Amino acid sequence: MTHLLDPDALPDDARALMAPLPPYDDVTRSDSAFRAFLHGLPGVDQVGAEARVGVLGTRSIKTTSKAWAIDTAISMVDLTTLEGADTPGKVRSLAAKARRPDPGDPGCPSVAAVCVYGDLAGVAREALGDSGIHVAAVATAFPSGRASRAVKIADVEDAVANGADEIDMVIDRGAFLTGRYLDVFEEIVAVKEACGDAHLKVILETGELVTLDNVRRASWIAMLAGGDFIKTSTGKVNPAATLPVSLVMLEAVRDFRAATGRQIGFKPAGGIRTTKDAIKHLVLINETVGADWLDPDWFRFGASSLLNDLLLQRQKLRTGHYSGPDYVTVD
Amino acid sequence: MTSSTKAPFEYAPAPESRSIVDIAPSYGLFIDGEFVDGTGEAFKSVNPATEEVLTEVSAGSEADVDRAVAAARRAFTRVWGPMRPADRSKYLFRIARLLQERSREFAVLESLDNGKPIRESRDVDVPLAAAHFFYHAGWADKLDHAGLGPGPRPLGVAAQVIPWNFPLLMLAWKVAPALATGNTVVLKPAETTPLTALLFAEVCRQADLPPGVVNIVTGAGDTGRAVVEHDDVDKVAFTGSTDVGKQIARAVAGTRKKLTLELGGKAANIVFDDAPIDQAVEGIVQGIFFNQGHVCCAGSRLLVQESIHDEVIASLQRRIGTLRVGDPLDKNTDIGAINSAEQLARIRELSDYGEAEGATRWQPACDLPERGFWFPPTVFTGVSPAHRIARDEVFGPVLSVLTFRTPDEAVAKANNSTYGLSAGIWSEKGSRILKIANQLRAGVVWANTFNKFDPTSPFGGYKQSGYGREGGRHGLAAYLKGNDA
Amino acid sequence: MSTDRLAVRKTYKLYVNGAFPRSESGRTYEVTDTKGHFLANAAWASRKDARDAVVAARGAFGKWSGMTAYNRGQVLYRVAEVMEGRHVQFCEEVAAGEGLSQSKARAAVDAAIDRWVWYAGWTDKLAAVLGGANPVAGPYFDFSMPEPTGVVAVLAPQQSSLLGLVSVLAPVLAGGNTAVVVTSKERPLPAVSLAEVLATSDVPGGTVNLLTGDAEELGTWLAEHADVDAIDLTGAPAGRAMEFEREAAGTVKRVLRAPAQEPDWTADPGLSRMTPFLETKTVWHPIGV
Repeated sequence: MTHLLDPDALPDDARALMAPLPPYDDVTRSDSAFRAFLHGLPGVDQVGAEARVGVLGTRSIKTTSKAWAIDTAISMVDLTTLEGADTPGKVRSLAAKARRPDPGDPGCPSVAAVCVYGDLAGVAREALGDSGIHVAAVATAFPSGRASRAVKIADVEDAVANGADEIDMVIDRGAFLTGRYLDVFEEIVAVKEACGDAHLKVILETGELVTLDNVRRASWIAMLAGGDFIKTSTGKVNPAATLPVSLVMLEAVRDFRAATGRQIGFKPAGGIRTTKDAIKHLVLINETVGADWLDPDWFRFGASSLLNDLLLQRQKLRTGHYSGPDYVTVD
Repeated sequence: MTSSTKAPFEYAPAPESRSIVDIAPSYGLFIDGEFVDGTGEAFKSVNPATEEVLTEVSAGSEADVDRAVAAARRAFTRVWGPMRPADRSKYLFRIARLLQERSREFAVLESLDNGKPIRESRDVDVPLAAAHFFYHAGWADKLDHAGLGPGPRPLGVAAQVIPWNFPLLMLAWKVAPALATGNTVVLKPAETTPLTALLFAEVCRQADLPPGVVNIVTGAGDTGRAVVEHDDVDKVAFTGSTDVGKQIARAVAGTRKKLTLELGGKAANIVFDDAPIDQAVEGIVQGIFFNQGHVCCAGSRLLVQESIHDEVIASLQRRIGTLRVGDPLDKNTDIGAINSAEQLARIRELSDYGEAEGATRWQPACDLPERGFWFPPTVFTGVSPAHRIARDEVFGPVLSVLTFRTPDEAVAKANNSTYGLSAGIWSEKGSRILKIANQLRAGVVWANTFNKFDPTSPFGGYKQSGYGREGGRHGLAAYLKGNDA
Repeated sequence: MSTDRLAVRKTYKLYVNGAFPRSESGRTYEVTDTKGHFLANAAWASRKDARDAVVAARGAFGKWSGMTAYNRGQVLYRVAEVMEGRHVQFCEEVAAGEGLSQSKARAAVDAAIDRWVWYAGWTDKLAAVLGGANPVAGPYFDFSMPEPTGVVAVLAPQQSSLLGLVSVLAPVLAGGNTAVVVTSKERPLPAVSLAEVLATSDVPGGTVNLLTGDAEELGTWLAEHADVDAIDLTGAPAGRAMEFEREAAGTVKRVLRAPAQEPDWTADPGLSRMTPFLETKTVWHPIGV
């Protein structure tokens, strides 16, 4: 409850809530109205959701479609390093890989973004130059989100000032799990404001929300609050981006666009290590929300080791034989 | 369909290889442990997706049926009946393991012969068939514990006639409990889908099953009649059309033959306003388009609460737009071919009737192959209980949509049928599900799911959907003395 | 035995958590045939080994009990398949350890494998036989179902080293429990071979743990152990069973008492060795729109 404990955290006018788009403009007028709306969303049958992703997982993507899928997936990667031990050297190395993932093949697409802690965003920006690759910074006391509103906003402003053009924030799970949905909402609105021109991805940390009903509700909070992307996880908690979670979040963005006309992106992060996992996600998008989301502007993979597996599979398709770790670079 | 300006993610063809199956140019009958020529007229089995002739199959004449029943009787009296139950159990375990070992072969063959997508035959039909044998293998030496009385005895020779919609699975549902309880069988597969039954005969040989325990007599209606009406048969088990079921019931009247029937259905899939909508849409699609709608328990009537009708139909249409109709051997195919020209004609006839009666037909844009028997997924909205397409079983990928206002009305409409095989209920409220389930006159009620089958779970209908149950403890009763199932 | 080729002799170790460690105590004891000839040194399990085994069994319980009954049945059937493959080895060990003729040993091994198959076929039938809907006098859906009790300690029979062992272990597993087994002290070798079968049959590590050693020592530790849910006292040494039962009472364990003498293991056990290790859960749910 940061803004009650810390009444100076935000100036008064920033507390005026940005009303969500119609037809939802009145659902955030009060705690009880918001709760009634969120709990009135259709429930998710867990077994049914798992069965659906199970069948989609049997899709056989081979030859030309596999090649397309691999290249597409590479172009959607937010190449990530979020370790306490990160240094400018590490970030520069990552940026170089982001620009040229496969030194042996200049035809290989570059990734969508590099994702780092806010204090290293500047290093990334400089290293990426005019490559067009985005700099995403995690902020708002990532990964736990346990800090005062003022600290979280300062974290965002810092990252933006350093050159991040995308911000990956975390929602307040403690507030969510105690039913303080409006607090979660308001915080996202405030962060969005602090982002300025930077795009905002809202991390729900689905592993801590546990139920698919909660994932649906949290998705709606984030979309109503003005997030540009909804994102599954920080990657620091297991389970992270499972397929049933991704299914529910994709249904949410689909329903939101149908109702409001606004398209919101989706980013699964954590636990996507293999090309197979990535392709399953692309199939999920294709058959849940459609081709409009099959684009780096609307879909990203939050991953670190995934890129190398994509490169190995790409090499296999090109050369006809299985590749090995010596043929891809360590970051 | 999405209103997308981007090209969708196209899936390249992903065909399962045919080379794993070895189809002979012709097949005889499997009697007394061997393949023998039939004395009836041979007929062709055709791949419904391409109209290609797969092979020639014998038709069992009355004389052939007589030989088969005699072989089954001999095997029952001398070998299988007196055998230690633990040994029967072992034979059934062997058969289960062989089905698992040869599963890919069976799946491909089933798709070629039946037209169903390889994903279904691979992931549903064949694994369930193996599971049925595995489950029943364990019962063979535990019948005293089945709650059917002490020391239950088998009936003798069972005549079994199965349909074309799940050829191998229906064979498993019939043969496994019959053998586990100590009976021997004469099985007549459907005319259009004999091949996996004939491959099953090979499995019986590989398992060293004593000759005569399982006999497979291929043929059409006449062969089926001969099998069912043979004097030396103690038990008749039939799955198929309601009309033929009635004929069989008449034919066994006054005889000693025990009868179980699993006939048609026109199941209501009831969606309440508090349903988990996305999963309900999935369940509706599964309910009527799984296996091209060739399912006796298909959810062919959608009963949707009027307040959410438009929303559900819109979601349904969007979802149906992603269904992939095509080559059954392509691993990405969701909906395969209609099983035969006859069935296709019937589906078309009933669909035309639906439009003539005033319902609104909707189909997604679909490229159907030129050769073969194909029908696109179809939804009729504005259907009333008085319409033929609300009452008659289409046995194809055709959904009739009706609405209701209250739970009582939903139940009344759901029960307003001469059929009573299955039903679906979609709601997040447990007490409502249980209340409605209690009131539905249907043998199988699926709540928040549909078309789920398991060897441990009894399956069968009320009213003109038949009598008797298959699967579970209850399913054993039909094959044992003293239990009028 | 040929004088040309020297045999590579087998080491007989414990089976804990899917691996084959020696006893943490480093102790072994001599196993002889009925005529006193040396057969092998078996690991002499200590209380710490027992402690580790219980931890392993508890750790494995979630997975084993969480599998579908069908899967459990498949795994147990696979065990029988692999046992069948080792028929000759089992016959030799049983004949030597119990002083049986070749034909009697064969009969015992056959019966053991068939008994295991019998139990494999029970996994997916217990719920139908032991559970069901209860017609309570009110608008409630009320049903009861059997559930595995948890970690079961088993003192295996001292005389019947394979058939007896199978007869006490398989029913525990069929119900979904995990096990810590103390083998026959004098005739432990078939048990170790059975452990090798279990290790190669898709049985998850920790589901079964086999401790060769002295039920006299280990019985107390297991009877008192607070994380053991039930104990089968069949193989308890003469005079100790009552004491173990008393010790088990301290944690309200489910106890299967020792028979006065070892029964005829070929007799049909029915459900009698499965039900002691099954709980019954009854659930109520209102019926109403």
